[in-house]
Amino acid sequence: MMNSANSNNHHQKHRLAWLRWAAPLAVFLLLLLLFWRGLSLDSSTLPSPLVGQPMPAFSLEMLHDASVLKTEQDFKGQVALINVWATWCFACHHEHPMLMDLAYLNRVPIYGLNYRDDREAALSWLEALGDPYQFTVFDPDATVSIDWGVYGAPETFVIDQKGIIHYRHVGVITINDWETVFLPLIEQLEQAA
Amino acid sequence: MLPELGHFALILALLLAVVQAVFPLLGSFYQKPAWVALGQPAACAQAFFLVCSLLCLTAAFILNDFSVAYVAENSNSRLPLHFRISAVWGAHEGSMLLWMTMLSLWGMSAALASRHLPENISARLISVLGWVSVGFLLFILLTSNPFERLLPYVPLDGADLNPLLQDIGLIIHPPLLYLGYVGLVVPFAFAMAVLMSGNLASAWARWLRPWAVTAWVFLTLGILLGSWWAYRELGWGGWWFWDPVENASLLPWLVATALIHSLAVTDKRGMFKAWTIFLAIFAFSLSLLGTFLVRSGVLTSVHAFANDPARGVFILILLGISVGSAMLLYAWRAQSLREEVKLHLWSRETMLLANNVLLVVMTLSILLGTLYPLILDAFNLGLISVGPPYFNAMFVPLAAPLLFLMALGPHQRWSKTQPSEWLGRLRYTFAISVTLGVVLPFVVTGSLQGHVVLGLALACWVLIATLQDLLGKGMRRGKGFTGVWQLPRSQQGMVIAHVGVAVCAIGIALSSQYSQERDVRMVPGDAYTLGAYTFLFEEVVSGEGPNYTTTTGLFEVSKTKRGGEQVIGTLAPQKRLFYVRNQIMTRAAILANGWRDLYIALGEPLDERAHAWAVRIVYKPFVRWIWLGGLLIALGGFVALFDRRYRQKVAQAFQGAIDLGRLKPANAE
Repeated sequence: MMNSANSNNHHQKHRLAWLRWAAPLAVFLLLLLLFWRGLSLDSSTLPSPLVGQPMPAFSLEMLHDASVLKTEQDFKGQVALINVWATWCFACHHEHPMLMDLAYLNRVPIYGLNYRDDREAALSWLEALGDPYQFTVFDPDATVSIDWGVYGAPETFVIDQKGIIHYRHVGVITINDWETVFLPLIEQLEQAA
Repeated sequence: MLPELGHFALILALLLAVVQAVFPLLGSFYQKPAWVALGQPAACAQAFFLVCSLLCLTAAFILNDFSVAYVAENSNSRLPLHFRISAVWGAHEGSMLLWMTMLSLWGMSAALASRHLPENISARLISVLGWVSVGFLLFILLTSNPFERLLPYVPLDGADLNPLLQDIGLIIHPPLLYLGYVGLVVPFAFAMAVLMSGNLASAWARWLRPWAVTAWVFLTLGILLGSWWAYRELGWGGWWFWDPVENASLLPWLVATALIHSLAVTDKRGMFKAWTIFLAIFAFSLSLLGTFLVRSGVLTSVHAFANDPARGVFILILLGISVGSAMLLYAWRAQSLREEVKLHLWSRETMLLANNVLLVVMTLSILLGTLYPLILDAFNLGLISVGPPYFNAMFVPLAAPLLFLMALGPHQRWSKTQPSEWLGRLRYTFAISVTLGVVLPFVVTGSLQGHVVLGLALACWVLIATLQDLLGKGMRRGKGFTGVWQLPRSQQGMVIAHVGVAVCAIGIALSSQYSQERDVRMVPGDAYTLGAYTFLFEEVVSGEGPNYTTTTGLFEVSKTKRGGEQVIGTLAPQKRLFYVRNQIMTRAAILANGWRDLYIALGEPLDERAHAWAVRIVYKPFVRWIWLGGLLIALGGFVALFDRRYRQKVAQAFQGAIDLGRLKPANAE
């Protein structure tokens, strides 16, 4: 008796049972679509939606002094680099010496955007390895970094005198990037003004 | 000449792979044993030609043949011989060739061993292996040929191997990792063959177990070495970064771990068949997915290879065809493997099911974290970055119940257990572990941290309960160690691996909570004290290596012991400037013992005149335990391979199954 009820019930379930087995296929097909799209978006040269736009407005504490708030206005006036970094970020360690060299060259000011980090760790890093930045703003919850479309650290933005973003560089800046991409762009922006 | 021979061998291997893919499959459907019989020799010959091809490429490196573009890009006449050999897999083309060669060796071994399986299963298994080979050989020949020449303008010397890869860890890490990745092809091919036949006998699951475990052991070792390399070579004392490439190796490992556990159920109890088959497909899919993510550059990563869109598209197509057809076959046929399951709450099956669920959820959450930036990006929802905080937050709550159940599982019997059987003995174990977890850190450090208590208590719980189980079962077999020794090897292996997990958990909990890191500015003559240790910066010396110049800092390390200072060693961290690529590498110096690592990396010279240096000093307690645990996990798998049951005359185990799967000779109809 119970058996037959069971099998009846079982029969009902059976009709839609194939759906369950096809679920992995469906998920996989969705992933495939995603990857197909991912391939056409080259994330390393992906222009930020902000390229050509003015910097998004923000107000953040300075890393060295929590009582000082900096806004996007403080970056304006000169062609400048804004470098997104964090102490947990692996590639930032590699990039740091390059930034120190750039700061030594003093071609353009470099501003730091410290991203999802711990204030003390960040300060001790700058103290030990040197501080290439004019100043660094502190963004522990990535509230501002998300507006900037930051994908991961390190990233570097080039802004012009009026605070318009002209280029977004994902990953470590190499000497090659500096010579072939950054320097020509900086010269062009300075002449345009 | 040699590179052309290598290229030719690669083409021959492709033709043989086509034979291996087509004939056994057709033969198994049209009942033609002669066609099926082509499979094995084709698999062997394919492996032979791929080994030849790999040797030709190696010879080009040893002989410094810079007319080969790949050699010119990745070697140099000043590169020492052992690195010239490891440079074979130092970049994309060569590592794909190594990948493929290993695939063919696995294919050959599985094809030879499959004679123990019913004929139509073995024929289809060999054929699926053949199809995978065809796909990847086409990939190599069409998009990443390592034998391309640079003619007529042959460079005088090569561009050198990436200095980051000039390390002993990188000589052995990729081959082991690839052996593991690629080894998952055997369970995959097996799953496909079973789905095509619509039947899975428990005895076949037993056939698969050692294959799955072997691949898993290699994968474990590969991941372990990768982590050890990152720790030594990247220069700031981390051992896991949740980098997409690392995740790509962890994902198949987690699923393979689930697979070897679920296979045990299918073998012993004939249950979870469809699930086991799904895991077998899933594991290999993830290893293909990892290949795609690493090679195509859809995710930016620190160790991404040179990216070429054509390659990305090709691998995506390969991924689509192989995984897509497997999932389709699964959707269509898995129902026939379904069984009515009655699970008792307290049984080993239930515990293993929980293990599987946790491992798969872990896999999915890591997969989600890895792909999340890509998902948002694809739908124009903005760009975000998922960092270690996400993964740690995901991992710990899933790992804790996994560890908790890991201790409980072996104490359950198959089918049904009365809780009273184990409640008595494990009650005390539980109390002792919680006490140890709270008391030990408090006594040593004087403070309590949630993660440490949790990690330590769980590790003690696993450790004690596992050994309790071992001794209890050993006791029933004989006195003392003879009893333990007489237990089945798979049981001993399980114990070793679980102890390894506990050791690893201790290492992770303690090293992540009690590490101390300092970035300091030091001038020779300065001393810096970190805890009980004092680091005296003595001097900086210059030197020369085979293809680099060195700057070495010398640090004398002393420890304060009951008032007195005692010198315990000298550390010599180095910066190496590699000539050809003009690239600087940091080599950390590590003073290690079983309890702690003292780690110094030389940063940048801060002030040339004052000779000031940025120095990173790290104290990492118990960090070795992470790798020790990992080694034990792999050793456990290795020991399990020697289980007598895997070696039994397989024929007799198959008696029941054989009628279902035997091919009838054509003339018998």
